[in-house]
Amino acid sequence: MSQPKLQVEGLSVRFPVRSGPFQRRVGEVRAVENVSLEIASGGVFGIVGESGSGKTTLGRAVLGLVDTHAGRISFEGRPLVGPGRARRTADHRRMSLVFQDPFGSLNPRMTARQLIAEPARIAGTVRTRAEARDLVAAKLDLVGLRADMADRHPHEFSGGQRQRIGIARALAGAADFIVLDEPVSALDVSIQAQIVNLLSDLQQTLGLTFLFIAHDIAVVCQFAERIAVMYLGHVVELTDRRRLVENPLHPYTQSLLSAVPIPDPVRERARQLALVKGDIAASSADLSGCVFHPRCPLANERCRVEKPALMDTSDNRAVACHAVEEGRVEMPARESV
Amino acid sequence: MAGAGRPDPDLPEADAAPTLSVRGLSTEFRAGGRVRRVVDDVSFDVKRREILAFVGESGSGKSVTFLSVLRLIADPPGRIVDGSVLFDGEDLMTLDPKGARMRSIRGGGIGFVFQEPMTSLNPVLTIGRQIMESLRLHLDMGRREARARAAGLLSAVGIGDAERRLGAYPHEFSGGMRQRIMIAIAVACSPRLIIADEPTTALDVTTQAQILELLAGTVRDLGASLVLITHNLGIVARYADRINVMYAGRIVESGATDDVFADPRHPYTRALLDCVPRLGETRKLAPIAGQPPDAGTAFAHCPFLPRCARALPVCRTAPPPRLADVAPNHSAACHAAELPE
Amino acid sequence: MDEATTGSRDTAFTPSYLRTAAGILRQRPDIAIGVLVIAVMVVLALFADLIAPYDPNRTSLLDSLMPMSAEHWLGTDSLGRDVLSRLIHGTRVSLQVGVFAVFSAAAVGTFLGLLAGYFRGIPDMIIMRLMDALISVPPIILAIALAAVLGGGVDNVVIALAVALLPTYARVMRSLVLVIRELDYVVSARVAGAGPLRIMIQHIAPNCLPSLVVLMTLNMGHAILAEASLSFLGIGITPPQAAWGAMVSDGYRYMLQDPSLSLIPGVCVIVAVLAFNLAGDGLRDLLDPRLKGQL
Repeated sequence: MSQPKLQVEGLSVRFPVRSGPFQRRVGEVRAVENVSLEIASGGVFGIVGESGSGKTTLGRAVLGLVDTHAGRISFEGRPLVGPGRARRTADHRRMSLVFQDPFGSLNPRMTARQLIAEPARIAGTVRTRAEARDLVAAKLDLVGLRADMADRHPHEFSGGQRQRIGIARALAGAADFIVLDEPVSALDVSIQAQIVNLLSDLQQTLGLTFLFIAHDIAVVCQFAERIAVMYLGHVVELTDRRRLVENPLHPYTQSLLSAVPIPDPVRERARQLALVKGDIAASSADLSGCVFHPRCPLANERCRVEKPALMDTSDNRAVACHAVEEGRVEMPARESV
Repeated sequence: MAGAGRPDPDLPEADAAPTLSVRGLSTEFRAGGRVRRVVDDVSFDVKRREILAFVGESGSGKSVTFLSVLRLIADPPGRIVDGSVLFDGEDLMTLDPKGARMRSIRGGGIGFVFQEPMTSLNPVLTIGRQIMESLRLHLDMGRREARARAAGLLSAVGIGDAERRLGAYPHEFSGGMRQRIMIAIAVACSPRLIIADEPTTALDVTTQAQILELLAGTVRDLGASLVLITHNLGIVARYADRINVMYAGRIVESGATDDVFADPRHPYTRALLDCVPRLGETRKLAPIAGQPPDAGTAFAHCPFLPRCARALPVCRTAPPPRLADVAPNHSAACHAAELPE
Repeated sequence: MDEATTGSRDTAFTPSYLRTAAGILRQRPDIAIGVLVIAVMVVLALFADLIAPYDPNRTSLLDSLMPMSAEHWLGTDSLGRDVLSRLIHGTRVSLQVGVFAVFSAAAVGTFLGLLAGYFRGIPDMIIMRLMDALISVPPIILAIALAAVLGGGVDNVVIALAVALLPTYARVMRSLVLVIRELDYVVSARVAGAGPLRIMIQHIAPNCLPSLVVLMTLNMGHAILAEASLSFLGIGITPPQAAWGAMVSDGYRYMLQDPSLSLIPGVCVIVAVLAFNLAGDGLRDLLDPRLKGQL
């Protein structure tokens, strides 16, 4: 078993909630609670969740952008330090980030050339203008943009093209581990497919490792091999994409899959939907027991008081659910999706 | 629960006069000295009790079409240059957009739900006031009666403790609940037509499903028609009876959902269906080359030509194709569609 | 990857600033007027020596308090000095003080605001409390006190006004920095390994520029008004130097005989302030809706 590219152990991230004229701490938001996972080298690991799931915070924590409350993050076996350190280490430079918003993620006053060259300049791998020009031309070609577009500003590009620039920028340094935070959600449907294919091709030809974070489970299942489902800061199910879609165990995963409509009217009519009730809670800090229990149709007394741990099941997956452990979950029919 | 909102084929309504009948609608915008025709000669019917989906990406003109129907286009810079919009027999284009009759139709005969629950509700008024305002304006109700009905509406859309919540402000609710309130306002006066423009795009997936179920169910209970404007083909497959696909300001395909999904006759529709990821399938997506044209771009030939994999020689010389039947109750605007496969 | 070959433009800014500038002036006459007046003032200030018909300080008791005539378009004051020439030279003083005070305030205030907003914590607290202290004193009083301590002269007036104005810049910039530092493109720079200096110079500062320019334009009006008030009170300008406020004060005694001596320079102050306000407001309007895009 080779070294995982990235390993997260018991990670918790909490944000204080401050109020009043003296900004006193009145509570906290538990964005990520006790999350552990391993990302294999050269693969695509997906994280699916809705708002409040903590998936974005997890991505930022992995990159060393937020303070962690507890837990450890290791890159290729070496521990990563948090943002307290002023200087980012060489390991940090092996990681980069592609953002959701193609409008806001590029400095409007810089040209595509400057944007793509910047990570390399900072890392010192590019020193002269000639080197920068070569690098920029190579990266633009890699993402399917013409070299003569290098001197345009972000607003002169379309959303999909801006995202390509963002990807080129992420690849300009020494990074071989890329965190993709909702990289296609803000794009038109027909452009999403282009970008997903581009990412897939790049990942395979360059041997990159991706952490793909999204709320669109269909896109995640399309792209990622191993997927973690998060809810209110916790990982509730962790398995490969086939099992996730064909045989979801956690009640939240089941309702999430039910909620996603499939563009096929015949299949839709045949589906048995298991829609969840209620709204996502604002914070998990006040909840005891399983964070999903207020909305879970299978919640019992134990669920209300005892938090389920992420446990391995027989078929190479992990689920955090008492009902599954107790055998109370009905396996959905083969065509549950 | 799947299929909520599909009309009962035994009802005679299917043959009744359509709730909304639009013919030749064209809307232009003037910006920076240029005129852009964002909606170009759009014609369609919304039948009684049906859920009609309008599908398109950015720049397709789907939202502007319905802003035009509701006469909400600001003039300047926009202008509805042509077309008739018959709502229950009355041509909305002949009405003064700011006049009393149009205002009574908006909210009274036609309800609408927009995408952004944050900005569609007035933050300084209680939600009770906002619902009651609609009731008192259109149905001329007294305060007590309006209040009771408002509480009933809130309960019906799934907001508990309705009587008390009438006094709450929009910011006290989550996005999903605000959208429920929007639906309550939209259906308050029992409209015959509801227009929902991307009603769930800003919401979480699980909330999205709840809201759509609510919307479809409410529409069915009211016996009203629903226009669902969306870019999400999954939502269309689950809820819509018929679908109109828009591209570059025109309708390029129109037909029953089952027919269009099973046999898409316009290359854009087909390409769109091929490039959307589907749960349970891991085939590589087939993206559409290029990008959707900016709204209002003028085209001498078929607007989809630059991206079309099935272009024929005639497509490069002929003017943009018009919607024509390719099968019973199924039309497409494509030179190649009429030819046998 | 055919998307590469189309390269269509998005909304937001139109390419050529020159082309749009002409269009803007046509659409917004208020901005056009403001810009025009400012342009005239600049020309007068720069070329005062060439344009003014007379030496502004040349006295002639014989010609004192003369009404408007062909020789003296705006008449003469109590010491026989040509009013028009004094007005023109006064423009120079007003603009000088305005420009230097505002630019100094902007430079120092922005720097402090950047530091406070980026680093937060203790530096932020120290800087902001200092700014609070400065703001709590009314600007004119502060300027008078500083001028009294530092002595007279235009330079000290500039310093005094700059000190009075800089807290505004510090606060505005700090707020902007607080917002911008959380934006995706700044986070992107941090991920790429950029240090605080690079982030502040390359990413944050350039994006504060539009707001800064608007603020400076609007502040010019305040500065000119402040200068006029100070010179009215006799502070800053050493007579017989021509300055609008001083002219108002000089002419005060002769209000019954020749009100124009006070009124005309007063009107000039009003016009100047108005011009900068119009231009500044217009600039602000322009920057806002265009950022939101069209359609």
